[in-house]
Amino acid sequence: MAGNKTKDVLFNPIIHNNPIALQVLGICSALAVTTRLDKSLTMCLAVIFVCAMANASVALIRDRIPNSIRIIVQMTIIASLVIVVDQVLQAVAYGLSKELSVFVGLIITNCIIMGRAEGFAMQNTVKDSFIDGIGNGLGYSMILLVVGFFRELFGSGKLFGITVLPESIYQPNGLMLLPPSAFFIIGFIIWAIRAYDRDQVENDDSGIGHSHAH
Amino acid sequence: MHFELFMRAAFVENLALVYFLGMCTFLAVSKNVKTALGLGLAVIVVQGITVPLNNLIYNIFLRKGSLVLGEYNLEFLGLICYIGVIAAAVQILEMTLDRFFPALFNALGIFLPLITVNCAILGGTLFMVQNKYTFMESVTYGIGSGFGWAVAIAALAGIREKLRYSNVPEGLRGLGITFMVVGLMALAFMAFNGI
Repeated sequence: MAGNKTKDVLFNPIIHNNPIALQVLGICSALAVTTRLDKSLTMCLAVIFVCAMANASVALIRDRIPNSIRIIVQMTIIASLVIVVDQVLQAVAYGLSKELSVFVGLIITNCIIMGRAEGFAMQNTVKDSFIDGIGNGLGYSMILLVVGFFRELFGSGKLFGITVLPESIYQPNGLMLLPPSAFFIIGFIIWAIRAYDRDQVENDDSGIGHSHAH
Repeated sequence: MHFELFMRAAFVENLALVYFLGMCTFLAVSKNVKTALGLGLAVIVVQGITVPLNNLIYNIFLRKGSLVLGEYNLEFLGLICYIGVIAAAVQILEMTLDRFFPALFNALGIFLPLITVNCAILGGTLFMVQNKYTFMESVTYGIGSGFGWAVAIAALAGIREKLRYSNVPEGLRGLGITFMVVGLMALAFMAFNGI
């Protein structure tokens, strides 16, 4: 049914086909901006917007793009959208845009957006592509917000700048604010997702037989 | 001065392990050392070409008070210009490899066009603009940052080859344990901060 398919397209990328945890896309910014929740939230909104609009635009002209230049056309669409987002961000929240620095520009190379434009929008209708863009943006946001939550809470005792764990009862763990912690947290999230959804577990390709049955 | 910039670009500000750029290809290609080295080499070449080129474009066309169109501040067009230059450079590199080094061309396969969307390449250019390097500095920075990225991916590939024979818990197998290993590598690279 059309209704069910839309629901699938929208909700699948959150757990079952999460762009970061399964498709291995869009990792760069997920690691860099998650030191604080406000930076993460801004990034999430930007990615949802660009992904949905780029998907819709590519789907709109998908029958007219010559095959040899389709990557360039997709990149031009995505780059223009990101320039718009960058300018809006500089106008509305200048301080935040300075902190996010190069990572807003790097949304252009965010593999999620390119990957979905190439892999989904080129073959599907405008409406489905738009919803798929929102869905993947949401999947990306879920990981970003969870990582950002843990990193900000345990790294500085604050959430959105409001002190939740005051210094008296919790000494902030500075490691959480540094790059390596993001890798560890995402590793744990992937472990949790794969414990919940066994289909995503990868096969053991070493060729050495393990004694327990599969 | 340039040597210091090179070391900083390659290790202290390593694009892969400190700024997390180019992660997607980083995780996808690091399954064996040979392809990782090939990709690393391609990244060094592309960075070494595009960062200086983009520096020229920025200084000649886009900046306020630049040589051409100086009265207008066209910096906002930067993003689309840089990505265009990168796409063209990768296309030319692809054609050159196909003609003169077909073995390497075949080994890299799909990953060569993927370098175009590699955040590390665009990231290198954006950092160069942010730090306002001169032309010679951007040459050093381009080669240095590419070199750092190549070292990181080669090291990860070496570790992952060894990991294939370990007993990793099911949920962590493949992607999960790779993230943990990269986290530890990032922790190790933090040691360079003291230089």
